[in-house]
Amino acid sequence: MTGAKWIMNFPVTATSHSLADYRARGGYETLQKVLTSMKPDDVTKEVTASGLLGHGGAAFPVGRKWAVIKPNDGQPHHLCANADEGEPGTFKDRWVLEHAPHLLLESMLITSYAIGCRHSFVYIRGEFDLPYRRLQAAADEAYEAGYFGERIFGTDFSCDVFVYRGAGSYVCGEASGLLTSIEGKKGYPRNRPPRLTVKGLYQRPTVVNNVETLANITGIVARGAETFRKMGTAKSPGTQLVSISGHVNKPGVYEVEYGYPLAKFIYEDCGGMLGGNKLKALIPGGISTKVLTGDDVAPLTYDHASFDGAGSSLGSGGMIAIADGTCMVRLLQVMLRFYHHESCGQCTPCREGMGWMHRIIDRIVAGKGVPEDIERLIAISNANDGTTICGMGDAAGYATVGFIAKFRDEFEYWIEHKRSKVGGALEVQGTWHA
Amino acid sequence: MSQIVSRLTPYFEQLKKRLPAGFNSSLVLPCLRRIQEERGFVADEDITALVTYLGVPRMQVEQVLSYYTQFRRKPIGRWHLQVCHNVTCSMRGAEHALDLLQKRLHIKSGQTTTDGRFTLSTVECLGSCGTAPVVMVNDTYHESMTGMKLDALLESLK
Repeated sequence: MTGAKWIMNFPVTATSHSLADYRARGGYETLQKVLTSMKPDDVTKEVTASGLLGHGGAAFPVGRKWAVIKPNDGQPHHLCANADEGEPGTFKDRWVLEHAPHLLLESMLITSYAIGCRHSFVYIRGEFDLPYRRLQAAADEAYEAGYFGERIFGTDFSCDVFVYRGAGSYVCGEASGLLTSIEGKKGYPRNRPPRLTVKGLYQRPTVVNNVETLANITGIVARGAETFRKMGTAKSPGTQLVSISGHVNKPGVYEVEYGYPLAKFIYEDCGGMLGGNKLKALIPGGISTKVLTGDDVAPLTYDHASFDGAGSSLGSGGMIAIADGTCMVRLLQVMLRFYHHESCGQCTPCREGMGWMHRIIDRIVAGKGVPEDIERLIAISNANDGTTICGMGDAAGYATVGFIAKFRDEFEYWIEHKRSKVGGALEVQGTWHA
Repeated sequence: MSQIVSRLTPYFEQLKKRLPAGFNSSLVLPCLRRIQEERGFVADEDITALVTYLGVPRMQVEQVLSYYTQFRRKPIGRWHLQVCHNVTCSMRGAEHALDLLQKRLHIKSGQTTTDGRFTLSTVECLGSCGTAPVVMVNDTYHESMTGMKLDALLESLK
């Protein structure tokens, strides 16, 4: 077991995502309590007191984001749930969308009340088919039951939700790119300031929160910030939906209480590494977080301070466990091909830099690398840092520098000997069944 | 006037009801997706009709179509096999899956079989890493793929 459960606290059955089952678990009672007995500010205060951090990757305090918006300042505000889950290794929001869509919708209604939002959105990635159908069906059920629409529970509060499907762009998972996409344009991120909570969707104050972040809200308001804070650590209260994949025996989505021992999670809860292999490396939270070696990982606990201290971060909770024998050069090649493919092309350092890095790593793998290539990759990474509108350029650089810092010998070996130091495989025995 | 756009207009009007007034521009992506579901791709006449219907610049629609990878301006095969070749899928056999499909279909990634039945593509992370390797067929995920499962899948796609 991986500690306390806040979101995955019900058994998944064939009907557990339906409105009837959600109601049987107390669904939409919190919304009624909020609309009939709380002021918008009370909700924001409770969420601020809970210390809830954003679960999309940046770990920004949720209450502080909301508090920028004044619910009664006379202008329209918007809420957008970010369900554009595209960071490689991450598939946790999909669990919420497929199994707890009403929890997300109820939380969105409560959040909309807190920030004075009349029209809310869910931006879901275009490839998610079942999650979309589950969520749209849940929204239709909720409309039918009167939880969305005009004068909800007979109060003055009205709210709509629009489930907006993306169409295959990684950059639209970045909050401002997401809003540009909802405006019906190519998903170019925007310069900050102004913050999105000041000028967001169609220049209106907008809160963009990750799906899992929002899924925490109903519980916090129902059971109180104090109960929430009993989970996790002082600096990282609550839990994280960790999606673990790669060379482990039991990949999947686990709700992990912050502060849980990482080695115990990997070797006991996830059944250890495939074929009893040693853990060579761990990408902790999506490929844009810095890679750690098996030795780095051993003493860590699953919380922000522990991972920050190790020179990486929790990111989006998308953990990739890499077994001994995996070629790190070819793995970085896959990652750089991805970043090159997904660069939106708006900022020169990223548009050009991703292409250069991709071509350099291709050249190394083709046996045509030169010793300076390693320094070139680092120099391009550093040139990207802080010079692009969104964080993608930075992230690709951090990932590259991280790989080279931890596994430099493999890059040097390939350049010198024109072949992989470890055989060049990305798989370990037992991962592919003919 | 694109017949598809005229036929879909009642559906587009339904979508408008859950949006604030003046959010027509936000309908570009949802409308294009619906048009593509009907026709298999987006034709010039669809763009012309949509521009008139929504009152948005033609350039905006063209930009959207060229920016988002899921939109198509040309028809493809009846079954679109999309093999994820990102990090986790590669670590669990995506290269074997792609090899097998290329051999069985006698095409390379990016091509369509001469009978128009299959188009083969590689795609980046589909958010299904826990059940890698993943092959998406049209809109449906096929997870934890093996050689035998791929053969059975091809057999089922007539």
